[in-house]
Amino acid sequence: MKKYTDQGKNDTRSGFGAGLAELGRLNPNVVALCADLIGSLKMDKFIEENPERFFQIGIAEANMMGIAAGLTIGGKIPFTGTFANFSTGRVYDQIRQSIAYSGKNVKICASHAGVTLGEDGATHQILEDIGLMKMLPGMVVINPCDYNQTKAATIAIADYEGPVYLRFGRPKVANFTPVDQKFEIGKALHLTEGTDVTIVATGHLVWEALIAAENLESQGISAEVINIHTIKPLDANAIINSVKKTGCIVTAEEHNVLGGLGESVARVLATSQPTPQEFIGTNDTFGESGTPAQLMEKYGLDNKAIEKAVLKVIERK
Amino acid sequence: MPRLEELQDLTTQVRRDILRMVHKVNSGHPGGSLGCAEFFVALYNELMELNEGFDMDGKGEDLFFLSNGHISPVYYSVLARSGYFPVDELNTFRLINSRLQGHPTTHEGLPGVRIASGSLGQGMSVAIGAALAKKLNKDSNIVYSLHGDGELQEGQNWEAMMYASANKVDNLISTIDLNGQQIDGSTDTVLNMGSVRAKFEAFGWDVLDVKEGNNLEAVIAGLKKAKSMTGNGKPICVLLHTVMGNGVDFMMHTHAWHGKAPSDEQLETALAQNPETLGDY
Repeated sequence: MKKYTDQGKNDTRSGFGAGLAELGRLNPNVVALCADLIGSLKMDKFIEENPERFFQIGIAEANMMGIAAGLTIGGKIPFTGTFANFSTGRVYDQIRQSIAYSGKNVKICASHAGVTLGEDGATHQILEDIGLMKMLPGMVVINPCDYNQTKAATIAIADYEGPVYLRFGRPKVANFTPVDQKFEIGKALHLTEGTDVTIVATGHLVWEALIAAENLESQGISAEVINIHTIKPLDANAIINSVKKTGCIVTAEEHNVLGGLGESVARVLATSQPTPQEFIGTNDTFGESGTPAQLMEKYGLDNKAIEKAVLKVIERK
Repeated sequence: MPRLEELQDLTTQVRRDILRMVHKVNSGHPGGSLGCAEFFVALYNELMELNEGFDMDGKGEDLFFLSNGHISPVYYSVLARSGYFPVDELNTFRLINSRLQGHPTTHEGLPGVRIASGSLGQGMSVAIGAALAKKLNKDSNIVYSLHGDGELQEGQNWEAMMYASANKVDNLISTIDLNGQQIDGSTDTVLNMGSVRAKFEAFGWDVLDVKEGNNLEAVIAGLKKAKSMTGNGKPICVLLHTVMGNGVDFMMHTHAWHGKAPSDEQLETALAQNPETLGDY
């Protein structure tokens, strides 16, 4: 099995900040908006270098989504920044009408997604955002796995014409993808080859999947790990081709199993390659306060939970 | 003033279009549409600097955003009669496979429309965004928007108003259609908003009233005055006092025709009060 090494823990939101700063230099049409969370979204560098292209909206997320939609009408490429909960659930109707239905070229950049936001608790830990965004016609949904990939994704989506939801988190997680890896929307990445089980993971659970795969290898189980950074459009062929070989699949995400990546994968498989599947994700619940590691363990989102799910799904083959 | 007569004829014809569109499909919103006929005719024919044709970015021309999208009949009629799409197409209003959706959208590629509206309270934010883009593009043209008075009950408007003054968005003219009616009754009985003028002023806007919002000359004069006030560091609010259902006696001064189509007989009565001037579609 190919080995991946942690190049040093870093937060995906800093990957976003670095990507945005680079975009500021690359693309004069990129503008950024924030709802009083500049530091949380790591937007400082972009603002320092491009003060005229930054809009501090204040604590008014609905207004931010509308202003972003309006800016596209002058040919701008707006990147909005706030927490994932306030980027989606709070402003669903604004995104639906003024951005998605209107086909506007807005990039909704959402930090602090999932339970690993930690101690702030359930009000700030959205676990439904992937579902909300993937249901919107025309919305691209991206959930990169580490710092490098978040940076690459941020830069790549500026070249895509249309609405995009880019989701990332707060905690420092393993940074293991190559620094120069090209980001292609909708193109899944095979990380390890395997024959006994397919593990498709998204976000920082990709790293947990890699650890699980390594542990499984020592038990004689060969796992194929696929990084699904784009949940919509989903790379159906990559998934179908893998399960044709392995015969079973585990999906892993820091999101409610209702409406997340796992359900998208299940639909693809049910219609073209029925396959036993186990779901790693939160089970129709809100989160709570705690450290990220405690919450990952309690809600069954870590490598141990993935390992268990693999053993279970192999039994069902 | 022959020009004014011409525009008056257009206004009457727009009223006929509204009535016929809503009647044909037996659905739609005639009341607010009829009340805003003078505003739309004045805006598209006297006020706005417009480029030939239509492109989404609208650089180098004035832009208009309709926030209260349910008054689509008046919008579609004026857009069609301003050359954005064939007047014949008004026949397809609210029908299957039409570009003229019940509420306006960009989704079907209808020229003239730059944002979807229908879910209320979103248009002012969009207009601010477009105005900010004009400033970034060193484009001196103006952004106009229209909002219902009942629509101001949506909180997003107040977020937008606060932002526009704090950030000196002074290339924006937002007009409020003060007809005092909404679906469930008068705005005073549903949710009394007190003084809309005082509220806009408190939020740092320059405000002017057009007392006779259904007098074409007064509307043109008011909008020209508003235009002269742009560029002075403040967003401009025009309080347009209109009568819902204006031009059709039995539809006036009531919320009853907010979203109801006239019967065959009612249509004949209403059309008789607005004789054909420029030709029906």
